[in-house]
Amino acid sequence: MAREVTCIFIAIYTVILVFGCVRLAQGREAYEQFLVALGAPSSIGFHLLALVFAIYHSVTWFNLAPKALPMHFGDKTVPPAAIAAAHYIGWVLISVALLLIAGAF
Amino acid sequence: MAKSNKPIIWGPFAAGGTVTALLTPVLILLTLFVALGRVPDGLAYDNLYAFAQHALAKIFIFVVLTLSLWSAAHRLRITCYDFGLRQDTLVAALVYLAAAIGTVVVLGSLLAI
Repeated sequence: MAREVTCIFIAIYTVILVFGCVRLAQGREAYEQFLVALGAPSSIGFHLLALVFAIYHSVTWFNLAPKALPMHFGDKTVPPAAIAAAHYIGWVLISVALLLIAGAF
Repeated sequence: MAKSNKPIIWGPFAAGGTVTALLTPVLILLTLFVALGRVPDGLAYDNLYAFAQHALAKIFIFVVLTLSLWSAAHRLRITCYDFGLRQDTLVAALVYLAAAIGTVVVLGSLLAI
């Protein structure tokens, strides 16, 4: 059940990103209004909830990955824990890299 | 030799789900910084606009946003079904139409930058 609810938040967030993309194309004033609008209390609340749900979704997704993507080398099956671990490591690396590139620190 | 894997049909759905799982939390974190009044340099208009002018950046943004849209649409459809909404054809038509509109909007915006 919880997993289903996460997708509603991620869908809404994706729409926000698409909207941001539209505002960016419309020029500086439109985009900066978009950034200001993100600071509304309801937006902050939404972001906090969406962040929790998105992390929950990612964790459950990565835990499912070994079942969705069974890998074999010769006769050996790659241990499910290794597949999940690879996803977690990739997740952390990508997240840190994006935060650095975007200048969040 | 390597055996072929069964769940190949999963392709687009799995790709969308994995991209969403890898990127959505950090993207939310970035816009949360914006919401809290600390706009990361990379999201300032000049920098983001300059970034989005590169062809590779356009492709990256397009792939991430459309995979997220279609994966979200697909999951919303399943959620509606799980919550007892059994008009699956109607629901599917609506969510995929929304994803298609989103795809066109993203494409149009990126090409205008």
